[in-house]
Amino acid sequence: MSDRRDFFGKALGAFAGLGALGALYAAKRTWDPLPSVKAAGFTTLDLSGLSENKLYVDKWRGKPILIIKVAKNSKPNEAPNGNNKNAYEDPRLISVGGHKYMIVIGLCTHLGCIPDYFSDKHKFICPCHGGQFNAAGEVLKAPPPSPLVIPPFKITGNKVVLGEEGPEYKKLKESGLVA
Amino acid sequence: MKDLKILGVVVFFTLVTYWGVEPYAHSVMHKHVEFEGFKYKDLKAPAKKGDPAKGKVAIAACVSCHGIKSQGIKAPMDAVSASAAYGVNPPDLSNAGAVLDEKFIANFIVSPTHAGLVKKSGMPAGMADAQGAADIAAYLKSIAPKEIKPKEAFEFACGRCHAVRYDKWTQIGQTPKTKADIKTGVDLKKMEFDKKVGQYKLNLAKYLGKLPPDLSIIVRARGEHYLKTFVENPQNLLHGTAMPRVGVSNEGYEKIYKYLEKVGDPSKPKREKVGPIVLLYFVGFAFLAYMWYKSQWKDLH
Amino acid sequence: MAHFDPNAKPFSHKWLDERLAVDTLQKVLSTEYWIPKNINFLWAMGMILAATFGILLLSGIFLLMYYIPDTKLAFDSVNHTIMGEVGYGWLWRHMHGVAASVVFLIIYIHMLTGIYYGSYKRGRELIWISGMLLFVSFSAEAFSGYMLPWGQMSYWAGMVITNLFSLGSLNLNGLVEWIRGDYVPGQAFLGRFFMLHVLLMPLIIMALIVLHFGTLRIPHVNNQDGEEIDFEEEAKKWKAGNRKESKVIPFNPVFLSKDVFVMSIYFIIYFYLVFYHFEFAMDPVNFDPADPLKTPPHIYPEWYFLWSYEILRPFSKNAGLIAFGFAQVIFFFLPFLDRSANVAPANRRGLFKYWFWILVVDMIVLTIMGKVPPMGIYTTIGTVAAWTFILLWAVLPFITKMEKPVRGSK
Repeated sequence: MSDRRDFFGKALGAFAGLGALGALYAAKRTWDPLPSVKAAGFTTLDLSGLSENKLYVDKWRGKPILIIKVAKNSKPNEAPNGNNKNAYEDPRLISVGGHKYMIVIGLCTHLGCIPDYFSDKHKFICPCHGGQFNAAGEVLKAPPPSPLVIPPFKITGNKVVLGEEGPEYKKLKESGLVA
Repeated sequence: MKDLKILGVVVFFTLVTYWGVEPYAHSVMHKHVEFEGFKYKDLKAPAKKGDPAKGKVAIAACVSCHGIKSQGIKAPMDAVSASAAYGVNPPDLSNAGAVLDEKFIANFIVSPTHAGLVKKSGMPAGMADAQGAADIAAYLKSIAPKEIKPKEAFEFACGRCHAVRYDKWTQIGQTPKTKADIKTGVDLKKMEFDKKVGQYKLNLAKYLGKLPPDLSIIVRARGEHYLKTFVENPQNLLHGTAMPRVGVSNEGYEKIYKYLEKVGDPSKPKREKVGPIVLLYFVGFAFLAYMWYKSQWKDLH
Repeated sequence: MAHFDPNAKPFSHKWLDERLAVDTLQKVLSTEYWIPKNINFLWAMGMILAATFGILLLSGIFLLMYYIPDTKLAFDSVNHTIMGEVGYGWLWRHMHGVAASVVFLIIYIHMLTGIYYGSYKRGRELIWISGMLLFVSFSAEAFSGYMLPWGQMSYWAGMVITNLFSLGSLNLNGLVEWIRGDYVPGQAFLGRFFMLHVLLMPLIIMALIVLHFGTLRIPHVNNQDGEEIDFEEEAKKWKAGNRKESKVIPFNPVFLSKDVFVMSIYFIIYFYLVFYHFEFAMDPVNFDPADPLKTPPHIYPEWYFLWSYEILRPFSKNAGLIAFGFAQVIFFFLPFLDRSANVAPANRRGLFKYWFWILVVDMIVLTIMGKVPPMGIYTTIGTVAAWTFILLWAVLPFITKMEKPVRGSK
């Protein structure tokens, strides 16, 4: 008798747990980003008329985007680890209309501060923990563990749409160069 | 058994209260208007059937104010200047035949105020005699696309007076996507568009006496029956309103309602999908709960 | 001095019991919390109320994530963001709105059950009073929540109800402005009612629920016949295995099993309303945004406030306010206005039987009259019903004083 009593109590408990899972799913969906937020996740950059070796800033999905039209000679003035290669030769640069651009998310890969650009030194220095990047976003000095991240992009003429994956982006991604 | 008797008493008083505060009270508060199926019985049908070929010629009188995009005829003025001149932007007639009732169009051309049941209209009366109007109506019907989108029906019939902000629709069209300047936050293009909409709204409010309401969630605010009978004859439910009888056909109205419902009650399809699942779950829950209850109480008496 | 066994495994039963007294807790709160056996499904209303409050709390948490308490944005944050954009936002809102309405139906059933069975006497006075405090807090919670979508009904209900605080001819307009923080309901008003709705009132309600449960502990739950039970004696019988003979059952699992069954029926009805029949709880008029320059043609409170609102309506301003105030507080005094010692169902209590049923019918009449426009015959019916309500309470001490002792009662 008492077994039967326990059985239905347990079955009911399990069934209630099932319902709770359903409610949890709805709660998870409530926590998801809104469709309007996702739809707004595209930014178009117009690259015509940018000057060389000057930092331009835009915004994509709320994050700062750093853009530099990289000059032919972009050697960092001093190289902490002997890395003083010319940034112009870096495979991470994006070619648009015969010019090479650095387009990266401007958040240091260490802990997310925005690095400052020193155009005379051809390098970024992060104000938070002193990390350094060259004009192509490669790490010159730790603590940042990896180069500045390249957002998904698609080239159309002289413009670049951020948020879409074009063939050039896919190629970089396959070579493991975007992050 | 005793439980059921008590339940009967509780349910009875609950239902009486519900009946009193909902169906009964609302029947006292709101005038009931019978829906007539967009027949416009008070309007006369033209004596002879309209001839689209003749209408094609006669339409020349219309295009000094109206555009007909599908026939390559552009509107002579932009929306804002048109509203300054006429009070409201005259509609592009491409979809008129798809949304409006043919008999109504014929009557409207002869006398917009008579057909629209309003005191004044931006469109002059007597643009054609009864037969000429019937020809134009037949022509508009003949050029109308077979199938139009719900939103297009709304744009033509309602969208020049009513905004739908939840769908980014303004009286002068869709709000364009613009981008603010990153350094200053200034979005000049948006400000320019807003200014145009503002000017249009001022002109419209001057013409109608007030700004017609935004229709974003009108389906929740008024309900299906009210909307239908209101559009059929606004004067019946809101005496003296400046809103004209628009003269939509049954199919035209269905399209308009479909659009309004999609914007104003977007959760309806989801409710219909999730509802049965949840109810079924609780029926299962009730069954298990009953078995548990019976097993616990079996040997108590 | 507490004893802690060094060999007890962390988080094992013994380990927990030594630190938290889980065994004692379980006994006190559930397996040895004794409930009379002689009850019907109306005894499940308390748990249903607790569950509904839980639903309101949980759905409210999700609504709070996207609601914006700003007079310019509130309406769209509810009707566009929550209803259209947020995943299952519409579900939380429908659940919240319908539960807020249904909870009052259950409260009224719970109250009338208490009145019918005399569950406010013989040691149970504080149960009744804490319950009435809960009723008032729920009313404040419901009203403040009704302001938040900032629709036409929100605005005009806010206008009318706060104006009551000018207290008629006393013309305390300063007080009204102080409550609103403005000359009319505006940003300051919305901000403070938002705070009341999501923080202060819920805190008060939760504290009162604890108090309400606490007041129940010593006098115990009443039963269908108002019989005085020796709970300790009966509990002994149960523990000895005499399930049949004992007049009591443990809260868990026996009472709970019936409670949960009744609750499951309630949930079927509740979710039917949530998905298919919600207009009664989500007034269409409130889907028009607040317009301070236009009062809706018909303005009425939610159904659960209608009976007291109707007591206000038929009288002149000052008398109406006094009558309204009377209706708000009179239920608190029930344990003291009922002068009879009988704890028994109303149908065994002579004149009180009629008093009870007239009260039920009168409150329903007041409720319906509170919604229909105040004109013609409705005004007359409303006036008669309002006077009936007042008279009922005036005669209560006399008819209960005359009452003969019921068999079984002292």
